Amino acid sequence: MTEKPFIDIRHAAKSYGALEVLKDISLQVQKGQIVAIIGPSGSGKSTLLRAINDLDPLTSGEVWLEDMLVNKPLSPRQYERHINQMRQQIGMVFQHFNLFPHLTVRGNITLAPKMLKKLSDAEANALAERQLAHVGMLDRIDYYPSQLSGGQKQRVAIARALAMEPKVMLFDEVTSALDPELVEEVNLAMKKLAEEHMTMIIVTHEMGFAQDVCDRVLFMDQGVVVEEGPPEVIFRAPKHERTRNFLRKHLQGNAQ
Amino acid sequence: MDIDLILRVYPFFLKAALVTIQLSVLTVALGLLCGSLGAAARLSRSWGLRLIGATYVSVIRGTPALIQLFILYFGGPQIGIQLDAFEAGVIGLGVNIGAYMTETIRGAIVAVDKGQTEAARTLGLSRSETMRKVILPQAARLMIRPLGVNINAQIKGTALVAAISVVELTYTAQRYIGSTYKPFEMFLLAGAIYMVIIHVTGLGVSWLDRRARIT
Amino acid sequence: MGLDFTVLPAFFALLLVGAGWTIAITVAAAILSFFGGIFLAVIALYGPAVLRYPFRLFAWLFMGTPLLLQLFLIYFGLIQIGIDLPAFVAGVIGLGLHFAVYNSDIIQAGILAVDRGQYEGARTLGLSRVQTIARIVVPQAVRSVIPPIGNNMIALLKDSALVSVIGVTELTLTAQLAISRTFRPFEFYLAAAACYYLINLVLEAGLRHIERRIQMAR
Repeated sequence: MTEKPFIDIRHAAKSYGALEVLKDISLQVQKGQIVAIIGPSGSGKSTLLRAINDLDPLTSGEVWLEDMLVNKPLSPRQYERHINQMRQQIGMVFQHFNLFPHLTVRGNITLAPKMLKKLSDAEANALAERQLAHVGMLDRIDYYPSQLSGGQKQRVAIARALAMEPKVMLFDEVTSALDPELVEEVNLAMKKLAEEHMTMIIVTHEMGFAQDVCDRVLFMDQGVVVEEGPPEVIFRAPKHERTRNFLRKHLQGNAQ
Repeated sequence: MDIDLILRVYPFFLKAALVTIQLSVLTVALGLLCGSLGAAARLSRSWGLRLIGATYVSVIRGTPALIQLFILYFGGPQIGIQLDAFEAGVIGLGVNIGAYMTETIRGAIVAVDKGQTEAARTLGLSRSETMRKVILPQAARLMIRPLGVNINAQIKGTALVAAISVVELTYTAQRYIGSTYKPFEMFLLAGAIYMVIIHVTGLGVSWLDRRARIT
Repeated sequence: MGLDFTVLPAFFALLLVGAGWTIAITVAAAILSFFGGIFLAVIALYGPAVLRYPFRLFAWLFMGTPLLLQLFLIYFGLIQIGIDLPAFVAGVIGLGLHFAVYNSDIIQAGILAVDRGQYEGARTLGLSRVQTIARIVVPQAVRSVIPPIGNNMIALLKDSALVSVIGVTELTLTAQLAISRTFRPFEFYLAAAACYYLINLVLEAGLRHIERRIQMAR
């Protein structure tokens, strides 16, 4: 290793009672790297992603962001302060958008910067406009989420996460709930982000997107990383039978 | 139907209706306060507070409001609580409806999609910031209708204070039934006034509910 | 004056009798309100207009006014038209009618929620309209609304305390009798509250049991 990893997951394990969802997973991501995690449902890929900002706490193992331990063992009160600090640096976008329905697009984006970074209204508005322009949604700034299409909602969700100026972005199957014709606009927004060298970890079912955009692909199954490597190796010449089976089913499915 | 009688006594009923309205407003206000505190306790991270909240709801909802009122009004002096009938009515019924409102408010908060909490926490908002800025504004909309049901029940529930001789609508109707032997007329007169109060309140609740939905 | 719970045991038997009457009036009114609710619901939905509208008016009036007021109407109203019923019977009728109206509201919603296909399926087999409603639609509807009707039964138990006001010697009134002899309202009302709470627990457990049984039969 030439460089110190930007994100360092060490021996991550998680179980619900007897059910092991993650089995001793270690993963290093360099600054600016874009990593795709693929695998069948129930493979633990979302759980791993949600462990990075401690939304689903690990049973054991450590998650480091630069030189900070994200899931630091602290008293509940200290932990609350610590994790809120950490999460401000880790952006996340969800499958079901989770926009706040009672706030406009503007309100969704400015809420956290105003509360946590103490931005003034003017500063927060400027920030919102900049981020919305970035995802091509500036003309919808005063709409409510219910007035937007799924693709538009997801672009706003990306802008909302970016407004906190995070060091890394996590994407949890962000196009799975979208109608097929709306997937592309969200993919475009993510590609743009990739070109700006944002560090990204992407759980996805879009094999084409993973192939085009990502530096590395991880294939997970039954709580372990079965295989990982550059996309051309994983998609063209996978070593493991399980990876081959999964890809065969999936690429067929996509071709239809 | 004795129209003359109704025309003769209706001013007394209207005066009594003012007391019923006062009782309704005050008990609902106290109920909302108790309901908010109760819901906060039931959703707290401290098991002690959760136990207190759960006990409050269980005991109040598990026993008759009339008995609660009697304990407060007749039994209160034994433990140093001296209240007149109106005060006892407001406090007793307010605390009573508060237990039902606790469950309404808690239900609305729990009904807000879990993804909302996740999204807010992911942005770095604390638990209390998430509750204040994201969950409560959404829960508030969800609770308008069910709180309207609680309020509707409470308006009728104020009749209980007739049993401790507060001169409100039902007490007045009862007294006039006793003196005139015209139960049907007195029922219709008092009933009509209750209907007006309930339907006007209902219109207000629907208006609030519609307004909350538009934005 | 302070509290002195040692006065309670002497009146234990009296309170027990009161509790027995509370259970009796609750059960009787519950049965009346259950079948009354079905009857009202069927009339309100399927009855001829000449019945339908008066019934709806009656329901509207009873849902918009306090139970206590209704009890006064029934108790004194019956006397006025020359029917001098014992207080217990008047209490059962009052509580039963009041909750029948609320049950009817729930059952109507349940009937409307029964799949139209069930009705058509039964008619196709050759069942008459009345048979279809009585044998197919209503039984399904009632089954689906047992939980909210159960909640009404719990409310009924607590509201049965109100019939003490028209002189039914149930739990609340026996507590008052004891108080009139001992002048200890706090102790006896608290004891009565504890009895209600216990009966309520048993009732809730029973309703949960019934709900589970019905869940299995669906």
